Amino acid sequence: MKKLLIVVVEPDPDRAQSIADGLGEAGEHDIRIIAEQTSLARRVAELRPDVVLIDIANPSRDILEELALASGPSERPVAMFVDRSDEQLTRSAIEAGISAYVVDGLRPDRLKPIIDAAIARFHMLQQLRAELAATRAALEDRKIVDRAKAVLMKARGIGEDEAYALLRKTAMDQGKRIGEIAQQLVTAAGLLGR
Amino acid sequence: MIPLRLGYLPLIDAAPLIVAHELGFAAEEGLQLELVRLGAWAQSRDMLGAGLIDAAHMLVPIPIGQALGLGPSLPALDLVMFLSHGGQAVAVSRAIERQLRTDGHGFDFADARRAGLALRRAVAGRLRVGVPFMFSTQVELIHHWLTACGFTPADLQIKTVPPPMMADALAANEIDAFCVGEPWASFAVERGIAALLLPGPAIWSAPPEKGLVLRHDFVEERPELTGALMRALWRAGRWLDEPDRRGTAAEIVSRPDYLDLPSELAERGLRGLLLISPGGETRDVPGFLAFNAGAASFPWKSLAALFAAKIATRQGLGAEPAMRNAMARFRTDLYRQHLRPAGAALPGASLRVEGAIAEDRVVPAERGQMILRADGFFDGFVFEPPAPEPSTN
Repeated sequence: MKKLLIVVVEPDPDRAQSIADGLGEAGEHDIRIIAEQTSLARRVAELRPDVVLIDIANPSRDILEELALASGPSERPVAMFVDRSDEQLTRSAIEAGISAYVVDGLRPDRLKPIIDAAIARFHMLQQLRAELAATRAALEDRKIVDRAKAVLMKARGIGEDEAYALLRKTAMDQGKRIGEIAQQLVTAAGLLGR
Repeated sequence: MIPLRLGYLPLIDAAPLIVAHELGFAAEEGLQLELVRLGAWAQSRDMLGAGLIDAAHMLVPIPIGQALGLGPSLPALDLVMFLSHGGQAVAVSRAIERQLRTDGHGFDFADARRAGLALRRAVAGRLRVGVPFMFSTQVELIHHWLTACGFTPADLQIKTVPPPMMADALAANEIDAFCVGEPWASFAVERGIAALLLPGPAIWSAPPEKGLVLRHDFVEERPELTGALMRALWRAGRWLDEPDRRGTAAEIVSRPDYLDLPSELAERGLRGLLLISPGGETRDVPGFLAFNAGAASFPWKSLAALFAAKIATRQGLGAEPAMRNAMARFRTDLYRQHLRPAGAALPGASLRVEGAIAEDRVVPAERGQMILRADGFFDGFVFEPPAPEPSTN
């Protein structure tokens, strides 16, 4: 069976590689990554891929939409979306945050394993992204709380534990996160030149 | 409180959604809005189709493209009201700006014919124009304006460029000009990359720009929720069109959660006071962006027909069935049903000749009288819709 040419449009190299790896598990395919958003239409038109995979929220999707609409039956670089007969697959893909542009006439049994693999990989990446964001927020909070503690210790001549207890009590009284209270304190201290 | 997920793209005309949420118009109707910022129009359409958002702030022609079978197979989408008219600007590269100024064009930012003819003289070969989406009011404005000013369709290359990338595409010489919703034209001026040539309303006085779009099955199965959302957004639009509200609106929509840009940038479009060149000339455009005034939110079926006829002709489809299919998606019946209790002025008919109102005009309404906005095209174009079917209201 002829290998399919799959293009992954993804500016983040790590994500792109991860998606390509996931697709590799779905069979022998020729996988290309396009990271550059400019000249995307030209690159895709030149490559004439069988499948294009792209994050559903990527603004460059709207460029691919134009390409899909413009492609006449003779040129047909990329037709519309995943197979029209399989609504469940379409829905799963959208939920996973992925959109696929597929050459007209590609058999559903050849397409399905690719979309399934992409969906699995996108779910994994979504989870990773959420975890990373949570970790980063926690780290930011810790940094700002440390600075707030230092401000309190200096201003009121109290120890570290006491400063932290004060921050925590204020946060609880006001129904806010400690990080928010710490941020307010640090901002205020900055304004007051302390 | 009933939770409702609304999708929007970061543009100043998302203001009705943001204001409805921030100023409590949604809460008054018992709605808890979750506003979801999206990155692409195709994303908005797909997420709405898949039920991942309940309603969307969407380019008016997108549900028409779907009705014409030009998009992916998703459940039918209905447009229940317009959210805004205008708010678009046409911009050209600095090189074209220089040429136009050398030729004596004064950048009056008002006369579409003069600007179009000057552009025709200034540009030797093809003109590459960026638009946000292939189904957009911007595409229709550019086509209508430039083909009426001596450009043949072969002289025009209309290319999709996502709004935040317009400035970069112009800087990279991928396009020569663009037509986009604010704040993205002002953003390109601010970066010293573009000069504004015309506001959208100089080409067509009242170009419908964004609509509230929901799934057909949703509006049929959940009429109360649909009505509540429509009333909340209609009141937000009315608030936005009161004098002196636009500065506050600019502050609100510019917050990091929404547009995440300096509020001064959003304020230009919202106030209709646009800096047209990096050199510092400002132009005042009254009525640049309307949300509610002059029955702006009424989704005339004749406008569905107008967009459908233009799109169908370009795509080689039959205009007649396209117009019928598109008109069925503009829900004037729901507009009447859900906004009558809120006190919205309701026109006697749901179709009219488009482009026929040269100046704001008082007309008979369902009850009493109402003011309709001027909707003329710069070249006097008028569009006669097909006769209404007996069941149409």
